[in-house]
Amino acid sequence: MSNQTMKKDSFDAIDYKQPSHRHYFKRGMQAGVPVAIGYIPIAIAFGLLAKASGIPDLVTILMSLIIFAGASQFIGVNLIMAGVMYWEIILTTFILNLRHFLMTASLSQRVSDTTSKKQLSLLSFGVTDETFSVASIQEEKDLPAMYLIGLNTIAFSAWNIGTWIGVFFASGLPQSVQNSMGIALFAMFIGLLVPALKKSSSVVIVVFIAITISSLIYWTDMIQLSDGWRVILSTVIAASIGVAIFPEKEGESHD
Amino acid sequence: MTSLIFLVIGMGLVTYIPRMLPMVFLQKVQLPVRMRRFLEFVPYAVLASLIFPDILFSVENIESAIMGSLAALILAALKVNLILVVIGGITGVFIMDVILAG
Repeated sequence: MSNQTMKKDSFDAIDYKQPSHRHYFKRGMQAGVPVAIGYIPIAIAFGLLAKASGIPDLVTILMSLIIFAGASQFIGVNLIMAGVMYWEIILTTFILNLRHFLMTASLSQRVSDTTSKKQLSLLSFGVTDETFSVASIQEEKDLPAMYLIGLNTIAFSAWNIGTWIGVFFASGLPQSVQNSMGIALFAMFIGLLVPALKKSSSVVIVVFIAITISSLIYWTDMIQLSDGWRVILSTVIAASIGVAIFPEKEGESHD
Repeated sequence: MTSLIFLVIGMGLVTYIPRMLPMVFLQKVQLPVRMRRFLEFVPYAVLASLIFPDILFSVENIESAIMGSLAALILAALKVNLILVVIGGITGVFIMDVILAG
């Protein structure tokens, strides 16, 4: 199956009499390929940075296995090296990751009702900015648990493989190639967002407001906010204004 | 070393908890209409605030970042496959880097 058809056809096209876990898992893995492509160079950079900072290899590898959050891990290494108290590092990590609260709240309304609590706690481990974006931009209202697990699995594998490469093999990689890959995940975000803009004017307005607020927070010296708070604040304000202006769905509907 | 491992476990916990709580406890809850509408807007608002302005500083030169962003924007507007959007963005940066270096 080509990737183009993968994007177009829907879960509804699948025979629900014989829902195949393997099928959904594979679908999720395929949808996660762009995430994996974006993760590997960043994870390599993380492994390299941690090694260069003198973090023990085992600790670096455990970070990618246990934390699985790019920004937190980079900031964690910086703070460890700066000699910041551990409870402060944990608090910073917590604040940085509060935005996932919004994402999993949003995603929880899309996961198939048949999903068990055990599956939910498993698949929520793999929710990152990137896997969340790919999953929530899908047209289908109901996301099968195995689809999300497949998506998270390929992303998690890429992140950890990249970390290993960074720790053990990467000192020889050309810097120019690594530099251009810094844009990979942002390009993926654009690829997810832009097609959605064509569907409804409410989304265009929400996106415009979010970009405006994010930029204001970023460039205004009056407010000093961490990146985590910036994303949370822009999202909450933009989505709230969206609800105020567009309380009802226009035209197309998921239901 | 041992304390570092405990730190990593602590960081893992505070990363996992905000991911897990809403997923496990809100999934079967029928939320009010306005709340659901709010959560429908969240992905787009999150994407927008993740992209901008951070994309401008994602690579060494801002000129290259702009070039890569434009390439990705054009390809995304053409609705090509996501992987091509990613490769297009990287290529845009690479080309501008070469131009700037030359």
